Amino acid sequence: MLTYFLCLVLFCVGFYAILRKRNIIKIIIGIVICEYAINLFLILFAYRMNGRSPLYSPNQGITNMVDPLPQALAMTAIVISLATTALLVGIAIRIYEKYGTFDITKINRLKG
Amino acid sequence: MNQNNGMSVIVKTVTRLLAGFILLYGIHIVLHGHISPGGGFAGGFIIALSYILFMLAFGKEEILKRVPQPMISLLESLGALMFLAIAVFGFFGGYFFANWLPKGIPFKLFSAGTIPISNVALALLEVSLGLFGIFLVLVLLKFAPLNEEKTKKK
Amino acid sequence: MQLIPLLIILPLGAAFFISLAGKNRDKLCDIFSIVITFSLFALSLFFVFNAKNSATPLIYKVGGWGLPGGIILVLDGLSVFMLAVINFIAFIINIFSIDYMKKFTDKYKFYTLFMLMLGGMNGVVITGDIFNLFVFYEVASIASYALVAFGTEKEELEASMKYTVMGVVGSLFILLGIAFLYAYTSTLNMAEIASLLAQNGINSAAIFVSVLFLVGFGIKSAIVPFHAWLPDAHPAAPAPISAMLSGIFIKSLGVYTLCRIFYNVFGASSTLTHLFMFLGALSIIVGGVLALGQSDIKRLLGYSSISQVGYMILGFGIGSPLAIAGALLHLVNHSVFKSLLFLNAGSLEYATGTRNLEQLGGLRTKMPVTSATSLAASMSISGIPPFAGFFSKLLIIAACIKSGYIGYGIIAIIGAIFTISYILKFQKYTFFGQLKEMNKNIREVPILMRIPMIILALICVFGALLILPKAADTFLRPAEESLSKGTTYADLASQVSYEK
Repeated sequence: MLTYFLCLVLFCVGFYAILRKRNIIKIIIGIVICEYAINLFLILFAYRMNGRSPLYSPNQGITNMVDPLPQALAMTAIVISLATTALLVGIAIRIYEKYGTFDITKINRLKG
Repeated sequence: MNQNNGMSVIVKTVTRLLAGFILLYGIHIVLHGHISPGGGFAGGFIIALSYILFMLAFGKEEILKRVPQPMISLLESLGALMFLAIAVFGFFGGYFFANWLPKGIPFKLFSAGTIPISNVALALLEVSLGLFGIFLVLVLLKFAPLNEEKTKKK
Repeated sequence: MQLIPLLIILPLGAAFFISLAGKNRDKLCDIFSIVITFSLFALSLFFVFNAKNSATPLIYKVGGWGLPGGIILVLDGLSVFMLAVINFIAFIINIFSIDYMKKFTDKYKFYTLFMLMLGGMNGVVITGDIFNLFVFYEVASIASYALVAFGTEKEELEASMKYTVMGVVGSLFILLGIAFLYAYTSTLNMAEIASLLAQNGINSAAIFVSVLFLVGFGIKSAIVPFHAWLPDAHPAAPAPISAMLSGIFIKSLGVYTLCRIFYNVFGASSTLTHLFMFLGALSIIVGGVLALGQSDIKRLLGYSSISQVGYMILGFGIGSPLAIAGALLHLVNHSVFKSLLFLNAGSLEYATGTRNLEQLGGLRTKMPVTSATSLAASMSISGIPPFAGFFSKLLIIAACIKSGYIGYGIIAIIGAIFTISYILKFQKYTFFGQLKEMNKNIREVPILMRIPMIILALICVFGALLILPKAADTFLRPAEESLSKGTTYADLASQVSYEK
């Protein structure tokens, strides 16, 4: 019970970084922390009491496994977050090239 | 070897010994994807890490001599097309994405139908080169920041 | 029946093939992409007529795997309706972008991302599995983040950064909602989730998940508290991509998924419908007011999109069959005339090089095709009979008043007054008035850019024929019925056998 609560606290820490930090790189790190928290949450929900890892073995009969489906979901979510982080970092590098700063209060040419 | 490029001699010697083993370990994880944990994406990641380790230790000219840049984008798209072709060939089994090759005895290496082939297509050709390509593009961009240009103009 | 996965295979295969072989061959990319989008449009029309004739929705099991753990592709009335709209507008915009993208380098990268976005949107509309919806949603979103930053100038990068961060936050909320929903029901298929939620009733877990989904999908469909990315992303993107974003992207990824999840999976409770109506009315007013003061053409049209999406959400919130039919008709109309308006803005920028309203004027004689089609689109968006936009706005306002919500009806009428005023401002400052000296030597845009505008303008004029009973039975009524039957979507699950 406490583990789920701590996982949501991790999500809130990452979300605070997205909302309040002024450097673009810190915002990207906040997004990555949020994604870690969600993947952890997905895998925590797969646990069954007295379960073991969901692998078949050639010479043993295994009956109680944890749920393998959220592990596949977490794998897919990791791949998606990798693509998004790569795109964000690429855009951030190009912004530094054009504007000369990472501070989001100074990157506001579009207004209105 | 040019001593000004890349890192110090200790790092270069250790990398020369280790990069091949990391590549081999990655290929092992890919090929055994249907027996043990791992599979396409995790194995491809480790293969990409071996390329990146080589590039960090020796500088980017050495790795670009071995894996030239047009080949990276070509092979990556080819890997994605191969994966889609394997899924389309599932129409032979009746449905899109079906597992239509004969499935052998469980826990042997040549079993489980189309899964090892799609693991190889995904990992060796697409994921590893894709991640290496992303890293290369992020590193190759050379620019002078805006402040230096302003002081030069003054 | 076996042709259903072709809707996803064709765009994805085209994207990979163009990135492989298109490096310096522009003509090959053009011809190949036109062939692919035309065949997708023909396929979607085939499915429209096929789904009308069969009593049950068309179902396809991917890989032959049955229900526990399999992915099912479902084509019911609403999906088929959205497919026809998406593929038609994509085909038209593809013809336009052959000539427009000559200004940019690396045209093959544009076509790769365009095909990826189209494949993602098709996938979102036809899937019946909630995590598959998330995967295709992300594919389309990442392609659109890269497409908004396509020109890599200063403003485009800043707009893309804002859009990407807000879009990623929306995806995070959706993934959190899917995780909670899986933990509550331990299945991922939308029909099974609907049946389980109908048995257990709406308790606090379901309310929490529906709030998460409302925030997540609301960010992508630009409803008012979450609209801040839209006025920056639309001017910065190249014109065909702005047309694509405002014409089909925010509707297929935002409004369609909101309707599918909140009508078919959760069941429409009264709190939810009142919330939709309130957010819709707020969007109408805020979008209309903020559009009046803009001097950049595409920014004005972006705020106008926020306002029109507010009409759709208001219609979906009221819930009666007349209102849902009105909202769906407004969806089709808005795709057509908003894409046409953005293509006109693109032609203006192609010809004169500026987007500022104060520097344009009197272009009616120099650019006859652009100004005529723009006039048709403007009359349609303002709701002037007998153009198509009149009927959809009339249906929504009539449904408001018939259901007893007089206040929301008055807000919709005030929104219509705002619409006509900012569109008149757009028309006056660009096409009527005095011709400025710097614009003396411009010419009309090339033929391949004129043809899509003429086709869309003809649909604006004659699109009111869609309400005739014969056409409405084919096209509108199955879509509206599949939304009205609510959680009886769940008996779809009983038609798919548990096998393998």
